[in-house]
Amino acid sequence: MLVDIQNLRIAFETRTSVFEAVRGVSLNIGTEKLGIVGESGSGKSLTARALMRLLPTNARVTADRLTFDGVDILKADERAMLRIRGKRAGFILQDPKYSLNPVMTIGRQVTEAWRTHKGGGRKEAKEAAIDLLAQVRIREPRRVYDLYPHEVSGGMGQRIMIAMMLAPDPQLLIADEPTSALDATVQAEILRLMEDLVSQRGMGLLLISHDLPLVSHFCDRVAVMYAGRVVEELAAGDLSKAQHPYTRGLLNCLPSLIHPKPRLPVLNRDEAWLKS
Amino acid sequence: MIDVDQLRVRFGDNEVVKGVSFQVPAGDSFGIVGESGSGKSTVLRALSGLNNAWTGHIAINGEAVGPRRDRAFFRKVQMVFQDPYGSLHPRQTIDRILSEPLLVHGIGEIERRIERALAEVALPAAVRFRYPHQLSGGQRQRVAIARALIAEPEVLLLDEPTSALDVSVQAEILNLLADLREQRKLTYILVSHNLAVVAHLCPRVGVMIGGQMVEQLSADDLRGGHTRHPHTAELRSLSVGLEEVP
Repeated sequence: MLVDIQNLRIAFETRTSVFEAVRGVSLNIGTEKLGIVGESGSGKSLTARALMRLLPTNARVTADRLTFDGVDILKADERAMLRIRGKRAGFILQDPKYSLNPVMTIGRQVTEAWRTHKGGGRKEAKEAAIDLLAQVRIREPRRVYDLYPHEVSGGMGQRIMIAMMLAPDPQLLIADEPTSALDATVQAEILRLMEDLVSQRGMGLLLISHDLPLVSHFCDRVAVMYAGRVVEELAAGDLSKAQHPYTRGLLNCLPSLIHPKPRLPVLNRDEAWLKS
Repeated sequence: MIDVDQLRVRFGDNEVVKGVSFQVPAGDSFGIVGESGSGKSTVLRALSGLNNAWTGHIAINGEAVGPRRDRAFFRKVQMVFQDPYGSLHPRQTIDRILSEPLLVHGIGEIERRIERALAEVALPAAVRFRYPHQLSGGQRQRVAIARALIAEPEVLLLDEPTSALDVSVQAEILNLLADLREQRKLTYILVSHNLAVVAHLCPRVGVMIGGQMVEQLSADDLRGGHTRHPHTAELRSLSVGLEEVP
């Protein structure tokens, strides 16, 4: 098991109260594609960040078990975390505009990622970087190598992010809303690319998104989060058989192109969902 | 009602809207779909008067409007933007935000109108003296819609009104927009990249790519796949492909 999370809780303390944002999440990830779906504030991103220990300092994290490939994240020192972050687990965020360094050429950023984790000479790193850019299906990797981030499109930017994350051959790729900032045509390409690379390299993928149908197309399993809890976990293929009223509500309230609805069903939030 | 003919918008040497024409009858909704950079938002901004560097012909209610608009125009045409976090003044209360259009247009009965506007978008009266950061994203978008409606416009221009919202909130806002159109006989122009959203609210849809409106078709034809332009077919197949739940 690559990732083992048992009863993860994340709380934020303010002067007057304690707010528990993640309330007992348990998940396992092996060499597979797991999707976490939920609305804003459901705790999906916090869960992924806790795994990389990238939470703000006022967050209180407790868990019965929180391990990445056998390493206890709660007890690991900062040096051990540096060996995990970037090297064994890559993190792809929503908008490449904010994740890429605007004053460094793309080539320098990809080579930097490669040399940080693998060492090696400058020439070797350059060839490796160009090879990585080609792997994420950038058509003219040598030309793109010399460009700055503002000279490429959003989809291309996200490909470059993926190339950087793949440089150290990680075991797990965490993608937090990787395509929300992209057009539908580009979205499909990027997800297919991630899917291919993850299968080819035998990696694990944790895909976080608010888009339930999208996730179910690209993942093996889907965990649905609501108010800090996983309310339902099911095989992506069984989504139409979802039991929990929240999951069903999320699917029903989407407008549909092929099945027009005169009025959209609205989600009625049941107090009981908070407890179960 | 709305007549746009050969609209062209140019930013420097770059023409981003290359002769777009469409008509929207009163009380109808017209949707514009396209990818980022297709010029769909630019068309809306030229219509709303936010961009006056355009050429061509725009008429509303049979009256031609020029690049500069008078106050009566802004009373008739209002706009709702994508991001409710960005479109509400962070240091003004909802009360202040909603009274501004009334003061600008010299409309009286401010008290009563604000109360009614909040009730219409199903917000509790207590929201009135809150600040935008104290509201959720969906509540903020309701405030933005209330602000657009408070001067009793005839036309509402909607630029991606639900794409920053969760799907459950999106459903509520789309229902609200449909109800308001019904009650107030409003005319909508909705810009979105989401075909399902556009087809849900608009009986007619225009497809844009590279600054041109390459196809106009009914929502039923779009749903049924009776498309003529390959780009429409491409957008449709992507949307349908993702919709089918395994």
